[in-house]
Amino acid sequence: MSSPATTASKPTPAPPGPPGHAPRLRTPRKAADRRRPRRSVLLTGLTGLVLVYTLVPLIWLVISSTKTQEGLADSPGLWFGDHFALWDNIRETFTYNDGVFVRWLLNTLLYVVLGAGGATFLAVLGGYALAKFTFPGKRAVFAVVIGAVAVPTTALAVPTFLMFSKMGLTNTPWAVILPSLISPFGLYLMWVFATEAIPTELLEAARIDGAGELRTFFRVSLPLLAPGIVTVLLFTMVATWNNYFLPLIMLKDPDWYPLTLGLNSWNAQAQTAGGEAVFNLVITGSLITILPLIAAFLLLQKYWQSGLAAGSVKE
Amino acid sequence: MTTLQPPAAVDRTARPSLKRDRRSWTGWGFVGPFVAVFALVFLAPIGYSIYLSLFRDRLIGGNTFVGLDNYQQALQDDQFWAGVTRVGLFLLVQVPIMLGIALLVALALDSGRLYGKNFFRISIFLPYAVPAVVATLMWAFMYGTRFGLVGDINDAFGVSLPDPLSPDLILASIGNIVTWEFVGYNMLIFYSALRVIPHSLYEAAEIDGAGQLRVITAIKLPAIRGALVIATIFSIIGSFQLFNEPSILKPLAPNAVTTDYTPNYYTYTLSFNGQQHNYSATVAIVMGLITMVIAYVVQLRGMRKGA
Amino acid sequence: MSNNTRRLLRGIGLVCALALGATACGGSDDGGSGDKKVSAGDIQAALKKGGSITVWAWEPTLKQVVEDFEKDHPKVHVNLVNAGTNKDQYTALQNAISAKKGVPDVAQIEYYALGQFALTKSLDNLSGYGADKLAKTYSPGPWNSVKTGDAVYALPMDSGPMALFYNKKVFDKYKIAVPTTWDEYVEAARKLHKADPKAYITSDTGDAGFTTSMLWQAGSRPYKVSDDGTKVGINFSDKGAATYTKTWQKLIDEKLLAPVNGWTDDWYKGLGNGDIATLVTGAWMPANFVSGVKNASGDWRVAPMPQWTKGDKTTAENGGSSLALPAAGKNKELAYAFVEYANAGKGVQTRLKGGAFPATTKDLQSKAFQDTEFPYFGGQKANKIFADSAANVGRGWSYLPYQVYANSIFNDSVGKAYVSHTPLAKGLKAWQDASVKYGKEQGFTVSQ
Repeated sequence: MSSPATTASKPTPAPPGPPGHAPRLRTPRKAADRRRPRRSVLLTGLTGLVLVYTLVPLIWLVISSTKTQEGLADSPGLWFGDHFALWDNIRETFTYNDGVFVRWLLNTLLYVVLGAGGATFLAVLGGYALAKFTFPGKRAVFAVVIGAVAVPTTALAVPTFLMFSKMGLTNTPWAVILPSLISPFGLYLMWVFATEAIPTELLEAARIDGAGELRTFFRVSLPLLAPGIVTVLLFTMVATWNNYFLPLIMLKDPDWYPLTLGLNSWNAQAQTAGGEAVFNLVITGSLITILPLIAAFLLLQKYWQSGLAAGSVKE
Repeated sequence: MTTLQPPAAVDRTARPSLKRDRRSWTGWGFVGPFVAVFALVFLAPIGYSIYLSLFRDRLIGGNTFVGLDNYQQALQDDQFWAGVTRVGLFLLVQVPIMLGIALLVALALDSGRLYGKNFFRISIFLPYAVPAVVATLMWAFMYGTRFGLVGDINDAFGVSLPDPLSPDLILASIGNIVTWEFVGYNMLIFYSALRVIPHSLYEAAEIDGAGQLRVITAIKLPAIRGALVIATIFSIIGSFQLFNEPSILKPLAPNAVTTDYTPNYYTYTLSFNGQQHNYSATVAIVMGLITMVIAYVVQLRGMRKGA
Repeated sequence: MSNNTRRLLRGIGLVCALALGATACGGSDDGGSGDKKVSAGDIQAALKKGGSITVWAWEPTLKQVVEDFEKDHPKVHVNLVNAGTNKDQYTALQNAISAKKGVPDVAQIEYYALGQFALTKSLDNLSGYGADKLAKTYSPGPWNSVKTGDAVYALPMDSGPMALFYNKKVFDKYKIAVPTTWDEYVEAARKLHKADPKAYITSDTGDAGFTTSMLWQAGSRPYKVSDDGTKVGINFSDKGAATYTKTWQKLIDEKLLAPVNGWTDDWYKGLGNGDIATLVTGAWMPANFVSGVKNASGDWRVAPMPQWTKGDKTTAENGGSSLALPAAGKNKELAYAFVEYANAGKGVQTRLKGGAFPATTKDLQSKAFQDTEFPYFGGQKANKIFADSAANVGRGWSYLPYQVYANSIFNDSVGKAYVSHTPLAKGLKAWQDASVKYGKEQGFTVSQ
């Protein structure tokens, strides 16, 4: 299942403030805090069950990454083996097969920077235009985008592959980057966000001052859009970083693999004649793969949570 | 989905610019790049697959125009419909469980009655940042009856748990992986929606002396209906696209995961094992239409209750 | 929609139409190259002139062959690419051929997959290069696998006459006699599993290559293919198939087969620790034992393949591959020079040293080859058994022209026999139906 952020269907539009009322970002309500309900051990315990469910596999991953290939089979999953091999595993992950993991990491970064960065850029521009301009064909743009969004992207993948292969794009980075450039969910989020975060009066004032549209966009609008941009960037990042199906069909040359495809090929390697089993590297590589995203989410919490709150909600 | 109206916001906030015709094309400057790429990676493949679906390229006889034959074949294709039924069953069971847990956790967080609320929120969300490939590999290791966690449990308690990768259980095992991946994401969508409910509503409820349960059913749930519908539609689309998890589990469970296990897997097999690109494109189109119709129905039903 | 978009769409449609048109008429275009005549002089001249070729192969011993070849011909550069093992590579090759882009000059193709590429005229007929003169060089089995009528589509690289590999330590421990017939094999399976519930006679979770090889030995000939490859017959209900399913069903029903997928980590462990006591497979296996099951060195031995009738000697082939020249490749002269070097020339010895099993008669019969002692098998002269097997491979077997696809859906139907109550024979029937359906869809004339 691919990330919903890339496969967004038309979410419910947020209604605007009443006419004449300055658009505003809703701030989180303080009512619950004001009432300060008693904390409940029982409720904490029940929610704790879900927490255990989500964390146990991650804990298993961390513990397993400290084990050797033999240790994985010989020791219990949720406790450490005899030999603490984390540093060896990390070193071996980066050097195995002439350091192909580093290549995959760089490929992934390339796809994320160009794919997610580009997707965010296009979504910001497009969302801004939909929110703040009237132009011929706007309704058509809207209808076509929204209509096409309900088409599952993976259903598009095979035709896209066939088309790209005729165009000679398969087995090149473009085959992965180009489809990543479109994030309908991002467009929608930016549109709603721009509608609310940028007071039209502000744009009017800038225009009256004689500022050009581009200048207005960069000087006035962009700073106001920051939390929305971070949100869209994070979600498109997750989508590109986690992408599997698209590169799977588009790429044959392991030199262009992203991490997800590379890890799976290491895992599958044990199942071919003469292949070496390197499950310890698959596990350590997996851990290294998810750390940057988790770090990004933790560090940028403030931004994306307010962005999400503004965008995904109907009163 | 095309019957949805653009939000009123668009017309209203943009109304001042209507007066200035000279500006009217400026918007295209901003939305143009998106539309251009969109045309290349969305519209062109759709058009191309419709074109492909009208032909049949055979090993013997070459490429011929066959009209709607491929569609007729798809409608009568047992393998395809078995896959549709399977993901249908998957979504009827897995989606409610996942969204149910997500909603309960979101309500618990929002109630303010939890210790360590922020820790809960961020930790439960974490699996969303784990790629489906990694999640599946991880769970597949744990599912192992010999060296995985299931094996550990069997050894430790002297029991013999059934193999999660056996044909009877594998759909449930896949459901578990998907639930794990997306429960936190949905929880966050719900939680964000709950956070912006205007407190005037709660004040009114307080005056009425409504209990917690009543506040949830009368205020909170109706207020986040939009988020619930979005999450449901996302999940339906996701279920219909199921591919990564079964395809990664296939080498471990070759007899349980068939090459037509999900519609998406089937199109992949048709195209890349069988070189039946034309029929594969047809199946993709039919599946896209089914997804759109179901998402549309859910949208319609979900919205009507509120209106 | 903007004019630009529309123009773009129209452009794409045009490109596609052109490309499809080219594919449709591609048969006659590329087919012409099948008659290409290349003399030995042309090849020598090309080697002198130099250039570079791309070879897609996963066979490990080729690496050394490439190095030697480049040393002998300093102006030639060989780019050896592992584009995946068997079906992964075929998919990539098929895609490259239909996209007419990135097609390698030489490709490793297993015998069972050759028909598919030959049929679509994706491979050069090597007769025009002088390959037809090599008929005597190769043993009949592999040679028949690479030719259709007068056309030769590849040169055989190795072969896989089957034999029984067994863990002598386990057999001695439980005092089990090495089976010479399949009935004795079933008996041995029962005895072993009873003595040690963790041990199994072998592992099998449904493998198309193994099952077709077993049918082959049992005298079944499920596939019939006309000379031009357009008419096929598929029928799994002959006597040979019944012989096989009756016996193998016993092993499945009595749960005497380890539920471990081949080539997995568990599988290697089982071969090493005695949990999987035998393996019936091709003669290319020893190299994999040496690299994959190091800890059991000395435990294993080789014996002739068990028979369906006592005293019989019939065997079958399992695996084995060839090197072919894709029609859309370039540098034909150099490509053929490399293929001949690797599969009929100096490269053969290099590959034998690396543990490959030859397809060349001379090597199979040479004393040095037959007297080679395998330290892994306790000094046993295993090649004698393999060569014997090679000489007794059942005649008249053929694969479907779309065997790659058929094998890819094997577990959808026959696989059910291993995990549910579906009988093996019924699974084979379902596989037959699916293969017939695909054949008809692809325009073949299919009989059952």
